[in-house]
Amino acid sequence: MAQSKHEKIERNVFLMIVLTLMTVSVGGLVEIVPLFFQHSTTTPIDQKGNALAVKPYDPVRLVGRDIYVREGCYNCHSQMIRPFRAETERYGHYSVAGEYVYDHPFQWGSKRTGPDLARVGGRYSDEWQRVHLLNPRDVVPESNMPAFPWLDRPVKADDIQDKMRALNKVGLHKYSEEEIAAAPAALEGKTELDAIVAYLQGLGTAISNFR
Amino acid sequence: MADFISGFWNMYVMVLVALSILFCVFVLVSNMTKREKGPVELHGHVWDETLAEYNNPLPRWWMYLFWITIFFAIGYLAIYPGFGNSNQHRGQWAQYEAEMKAGEERFGPVFAKYREMDVMAVAADPEANAMGKRLFLTYCQQCHGAAAQGAKSFPNLTDGEWLWGGAPENIKETITNGRNGVMTPFGQVLGADGVKDVANYVRSMNGLAHDSVRAQRGKDLFANNCVACHGADAKGNPMLGAPNLTNNLWLYGSSEATIIETVTHGRNNKMPAFGEFLGQDKVHLLTAYVLSLSKK
Repeated sequence: MAQSKHEKIERNVFLMIVLTLMTVSVGGLVEIVPLFFQHSTTTPIDQKGNALAVKPYDPVRLVGRDIYVREGCYNCHSQMIRPFRAETERYGHYSVAGEYVYDHPFQWGSKRTGPDLARVGGRYSDEWQRVHLLNPRDVVPESNMPAFPWLDRPVKADDIQDKMRALNKVGLHKYSEEEIAAAPAALEGKTELDAIVAYLQGLGTAISNFR
Repeated sequence: MADFISGFWNMYVMVLVALSILFCVFVLVSNMTKREKGPVELHGHVWDETLAEYNNPLPRWWMYLFWITIFFAIGYLAIYPGFGNSNQHRGQWAQYEAEMKAGEERFGPVFAKYREMDVMAVAADPEANAMGKRLFLTYCQQCHGAAAQGAKSFPNLTDGEWLWGGAPENIKETITNGRNGVMTPFGQVLGADGVKDVANYVRSMNGLAHDSVRAQRGKDLFANNCVACHGADAKGNPMLGAPNLTNNLWLYGSSEATIIETVTHGRNNKMPAFGEFLGQDKVHLLTAYVLSLSKK
C-alpha cells in the first residue's frame, strides 16, 4: 500500500515541497503563533499580570539605542536576565517579555563577554558611564571592553523623524505628529555619549529591582 | 502560557499537539512491514538499466527508536508544560521560585546570623568580611575599584575620610538610598580671576604650592561664597556631602586646573541606590566590610 504513495510523492517535486512545508510548519504553528495571542508577550505587563511602567523611547534614547546597535554592543552584552537564581542575584529581577514591547528589534543578544545589561539603568552614575565608555580602563583597570573615544561628538539628528515614522509602522507605540515635530529640538546639542548614556540609564528600570 | 487572550488558544495548542502525535503513530503503523519467508521482494523501480532495490523492513531497533520518541513525547507532556495550559506548576517561573526557596533555605541562616549583630561586630568577623568582600567585588568594585581604592570622581573607601559621614548608619544610608553630591558652579559669580584666587586659597590650605597673593584674595572670596557648604574652617559638612578641603585628599585631583574646573563648572556626582536591589541583609554585610576597610 505504502509503496505506491511513496512513489507518487517522490516523483512529484511540487507535492513533495507542499507536504514538507506542512510538516515543518507544525512546530511554528504550535510554538510561535500562540505567542501573538498572549497578554504577556503583547502588552507591557510582568509575569504576574501587573502593568509595567515601560516607556516608549524618546528621541534621545532612540538615538542612543541606534548607537548601541551601530557599535555592536550586542556582540558582547546580552539584555536578557534568565530566571535562575545565579542571574537574578547578580543582575536583578529576571526579564519578562512585556519589557521589550517597544524594542524593534530587541537587543537580547546571545553572548556575554561583558555582563548582561538588561537592568543596567541606574546601577551606575552618568559620570561613570561616560568615563567608562570613553575608556573602560579608567574606572575598571581589569576591563577588556574596547574604548569608544569617538562617542564624544554631536549626534547625527537629520534622520530622527524618519526613524520615528518607521517605528510607527512596526511598533506598538505610535509617536504623534507633535512628538515627531519636536524630536530634532530634543537632540539639539546632544552628543552621542549623552544619547547612549540616556539609553543605558533607562534599561530595565520598569521592574522594581528585586522580586 | 497561562495568559492566552482567549480559551481558544489553549484548545488550539492541545489539538495540534495531539494530532501531530497521532499522525506520527499513523505514519509509523502504516509503514510497518513484516519480513516474509522466501526471497526478498524488490522495489518496483530500476535505475541505470539494472540497479534495483530490496524492500527489507526497517531494522527492529530502529523501529523501536521511533516508538520511544512518541512515548517520550507523551510522558514529557504529562509531566511538563506544553499541552496547552497544563502543568504550569512545573513551568520555568515555578522552577525559579523553587530555586529561590532552596537558596533562601541554604543561605538565609547565614545572613540571619549577622542580621541581628551590630555592624561594628560584623566588621570584626572574618567570615562576614569574606562574604562582604565577595559582595563588594560583585556590586561595588566597578566604580570604587577592586581594592576600594577609588578613582577620579569615585571615592576611595580605605582612607578613613567620609563625604557623607563614616558612622555605620551613614554608610548604610549611602548604600541603601544612594547619594547625590552637588557642587554648584561658581564661574559666573566669581569670574575667571576669582575662581583662580579661590583655587589658590584651597591649595594653600593643603600645603600645596600656591600664589600667596591670590590665596589671600581667595580667602575672602571663600568666606563669602563657600562656607555655607564647606564650613568656615573648610572642614566640610557630611550632611551635604561637602568635602573637607584641608586634608589633602582629592576626589577629582589637586592640580590648580582641576580645582578651577570644579569651582567654575561645579560637580554633580552620584552614588546609585542599592537598597532595593541588594536587600537589607547584603547591605548590612557590605556596610560592615566597607567599615573594616577603613579601620586597617
